[in-house]
This record gives sequence, C-alpha cells and structure tokens, in this order.
Amino acid sequence: MTAEPKGDDGSRRDFLYIATGAFSTVGAAVATWPFIDQMNPAADVLAVASLEVDISDIQPGHALTVKWRGKPVFIRRRTPDEIQAARAVNLGDLRDPQRDEDRAQKPEWLIVVGICTHLGCIPLGVKDSDPKGDFGGYFCPCHGSHYDSSARVRKGPAPRNLEVPGYEFLSPTLVKIG
Amino acid sequence: MAGHDDEHLLHNEIKLLGVLGWVEYRLPIFNWINNAVGTNYPTPKNVNYFWNFGSLAGIALVIQILTGIVLAAHYVPTADGAFASVERIMRDVNYGWLFRYAHANGASLFFAVVYIHLFRNLYYGSYKYPRELLWWLGLIMLILMITTAFMGYVLPWGQMSYWGATVITNLFGAMPIIGDELLLWLWGGFTVGEVLLRGFYSLHYLLAFVIAGLAIVHIWALHQHRSNNPLGIDIKGPQDILPFHPYFTVKDLFGFGIYLIVFALLVFYAPNMLGEPDNYIPADPLQTPAHIVPEWYLLPFYAILRAVPDKLGGVIALALALLVLFAVPWLDTSKVRSARFRPIYKQLFWIFLADVLILGWVGGSPPEGMFITIGQLATVYYFVHFLVLLPIVGKLESPTPLPDSIATAVLEENKRKKARKLPQVGVAPSASHGASSGGGH
Repeated sequence: MTAEPKGDDGSRRDFLYIATGAFSTVGAAVATWPFIDQMNPAADVLAVASLEVDISDIQPGHALTVKWRGKPVFIRRRTPDEIQAARAVNLGDLRDPQRDEDRAQKPEWLIVVGICTHLGCIPLGVKDSDPKGDFGGYFCPCHGSHYDSSARVRKGPAPRNLEVPGYEFLSPTLVKIG
Repeated sequence: MAGHDDEHLLHNEIKLLGVLGWVEYRLPIFNWINNAVGTNYPTPKNVNYFWNFGSLAGIALVIQILTGIVLAAHYVPTADGAFASVERIMRDVNYGWLFRYAHANGASLFFAVVYIHLFRNLYYGSYKYPRELLWWLGLIMLILMITTAFMGYVLPWGQMSYWGATVITNLFGAMPIIGDELLLWLWGGFTVGEVLLRGFYSLHYLLAFVIAGLAIVHIWALHQHRSNNPLGIDIKGPQDILPFHPYFTVKDLFGFGIYLIVFALLVFYAPNMLGEPDNYIPADPLQTPAHIVPEWYLLPFYAILRAVPDKLGGVIALALALLVLFAVPWLDTSKVRSARFRPIYKQLFWIFLADVLILGWVGGSPPEGMFITIGQLATVYYFVHFLVLLPIVGKLESPTPLPDSIATAVLEENKRKKARKLPQVGVAPSASHGASSGGGH
C-alpha cells in the first residue's frame, strides 16, 4: 500500500468504532437511570413523610397506634415499674444489646415502629386486652417473638429490637415522628 | 421470475457450535435474526436516506412503549384523578417530566417519521406489485396510530382532551338511525366521562402492542420481496445488493443518532412547542375552549372533516381520505414505480405534498372566511389527485428509459460524478475514487 490513503487505514476505523461504541454505551447507561429512579419515592411522598401526634390523652400503662409512612407506630406511656424493668436488664442477656436510655428520649414515652423484625407482622400489646409476651412488652403472634418493655427482642426468631423512628417532642403533649 | 435468483443472492448463513449450536438446532433464532436484519438479508445497494424511516418508526414505537409503561405506572384513569396525576408526574415523580415530555414529543416525531415513510412510498412507487399488502399493513398501522394518539391525548383530561374527545366521538353520532344509540354505547353514559376515559386508557395501552405486532408482520411482508429502491426496479442479481449488516445497520444507527438529536432538542428545549396550552386547564364539561384543534399531525384530516358542510358528509370525507390510500396500488396505472422516471407524476407528487401541507395549515386555522374556501378546494384536489389524476397520468405519461439494473445505474452515476469533479476541483484521482466508490466493488 502506498502512503497516500493514510486516513483510511485500520487504526482510524478502529478508533471510530471504539469511540462510537463507548459513547453509545455510556449514553444508554445514562438513559436507564430515569427508568430506575422513577420508582423511588416521589417528592410528594417524601413531603408527607413526617407526622405530628397529640399524646395528651394517653394514660400511663396504655399505648396508641398511629400510621406513619404506611406503617404502624406504637406510642406507649410507660409506668414507673415498666421503666424500672427495662433499665434493670443486663445487656449481656440481650440478643440485640441496646440500653433503654438510648431507645427512649423521655423515659415515660416509648415510641417504636410496630413491625416485627422477623418477617414484618404487627406485634400485639398495644390494646389492654392484648397478650404482651413473657417480658411485658409486645408479642408477635406470627412466629412467637417476645419483646420487653423497651421493645427489645428477648425470645423467639426475631433478630433485632423493634426499630425506634426519628422523633422529637414539639411540646410535652405533641410529638413529631419522622 | 426474479424469485428464484433471489434465494441465492447471499450465502451468509451462520454456523454455530457449542451451546449456541445446541439452541440453534432446536430453535433457529440466530439465523432467523441474521436473515431478517443481518448479513444474510440482501438490500438494494442504492437505497438512500429515505429508507432510514422504516427502522426509525420502529425505534420511535419502542420509545413510546417504554416511556408509556412508566407513565401508566403513575397515572390515575379517573375523571377526578387524571389531571392531578399527570401534574404529579410532572412535578413530583422522579424524572416524570422527562417521561411525559418524551412520550408527548415522541408521538409527534413518530408521526413525522411515518409521514416521511409514507411519502417516500408515494414518490418511489413502493406500494406497487408485489408490495400491495405491505402497503396495506402500513396503512392499517397508520390508522391504529391515529386512534392510539387520539386516545392518548384524552388521558391527561385537560380542556383539549375533554373537548377533543367530545368532538371526535360525536362524529359517530352522524351515523344515520343508530347514531344516538351508538353515542350512548361509546360513552357509557350521556356525555364524555370517566367510563370513556377508562376505556381509552385500556385501549391506548393495548393498541401500542397491536401496532408492534403488526410491525413484525409488516417486516415479514417486506422481506418476502425485499426493499424497493430509488430506481424502482427489481434486484436482478448479487451485483445489485449489499448485505443488510453491516452496511445498513450502521446507516440506520447513524439515522437514529440524528433522530435522537432532534428528539432531545424538542424534549429539553421546546417540550411544549407542539402542544396546546389549553390542555393545562383541567377538563370542564360546562365550558368549551374558544378554538379546538387536534395535534399537528391530524390537522390535514381535520381540515377535510370541516371542508364538508354536512355532519355525515364530513365524517365520510374523513374516512375516505384514509381509505382511498388503500386503493392507490390500483389507482396508479403506471407500470413504472419510481417518480424519477415519470416526468408528470413527479410534478403531481410535489403538488400533492403541497396540497396536504395546505390542508394542515387550514386545519390549524379558525373555520372562517377564506380558510373555508381554501380548505374545500384543497380537499377536492386531495381526492382528484388519487381518483382522477393518478389513473389518467399512468396511462398518458411516457416514462423515461429505465436502467438495465441497479448496478449499472450506480456505476454510471459514479462515472458521471467523477467526470464532473475532475476538471473543476482537480483533486487526485484516488481521493475522488475514495469519496464516490461507496460499495461499487
């Protein structure tokens, strides 16, 4: 081959192929992101992600269930005995060791997401007539997980304590969850 | 006659070993693909860029289906919820604006592509023997597209949606005797309402896939007698063709790149240019917008509908405007396909195209004053073109001589180009050869 058709040899063509292929691949990858992201929570869903609850009606020893982000949240006003029991536990006996002081901002109020950490059922224990399990907290009827008065798992298949959502007391009688 | 030679134009069957060979022996899918869009599909070597628009239409359909599936997942087909859910898609759903703008402008571009595809057929006589059924399948898809697009336009439940649905469904009320009953049945009530909205939603989703299925049958019919070409003459042998892959896959991909640029410009810089602002007002059954117009791609048909000063007559004219296209393979009496060799038909083609553009302009203007007359004249010409001029010109016109084959025509054209270039520019022969050889070897 003479030197003349320099621009038409293999390397130039290879470069064009690779550059085009790389550009298209990146473009296609970028274009798939909106298809994935559209399934994430939308702005309006995120906007209503917090909930304010008036807790002035809850008497000591009683609890209330509210719906937050589609899930049940248990708000319990604990008696001094329950608080005492929750704080007396030896952390070494716990499957998921957590101090009660770290789970309740105010000792009187225990706020947890009411979804069993085993397979997602709703534990019993909010209503006065409900069984509260062997440790005086919550009891999940699906597979028999027992939670104590700090909603920590003590017995049964659940791997973790009931989750404590983010919350803050806006006033002594008003709590904002989320 | 050419059918037998056709079978052996290429010998690029795929031979596979191992797992792929095991699959191929049981389900010959790799050769099926290769025969359809691969190295074993012979394509006339002289097809020009107008032959990109078939594959572009396919891509446009895929884009509509993908974006549509996402929109359907966030849309609420109720009279109370539809408008709000579309606004929610625009404001709250992640990238929802992108999906909706892509879907709305994608529909416009889909029509643009299909109309160019259709006029390409009219210019190069692709609908003639033996491709009549191929042409029919395309027309059926066009009618389904119009239906689907109209139903899709109703879904946002804005003022244009609502009143567009009212006007178009009322066309069926023009039917003698059963008109009123038919309307009650269509609406599932006494007026356009939620029942109709839900029905349209269901059908809008369904018809996209019916079109996709027909597109496959369309390609099947295309491959039976292969693509037409700008000369309109048959493939006579291996010297006339090139394998579809890589020559035309690459050319189609290049066209797709250009298409995406136009698409992106519309979606990102002028997403509402082709839409009606009135459709951002929620549907109000107690107030009609001052000026009801369909989307641009339906304007010529809308002009034909309005040209006839009679309710039933307008509907019939509208239907005939589409149906007459089915008869074109027989109305066109010329044996020569391509307008390149038909000096009179070539003029008529451009006049007809202008006529359709005028109809579109009239369709988008208020039905007053001169627009009424112009619309009526253009409508008459639309039908005269097909029903009078096409049959007569085919008989009277003397076509210019056809080339012996695609290959000889291509070689001669290259020779002419070279002869033109050499004395003027004085470039080196090898450079000129490189620019114009384009597969002539």
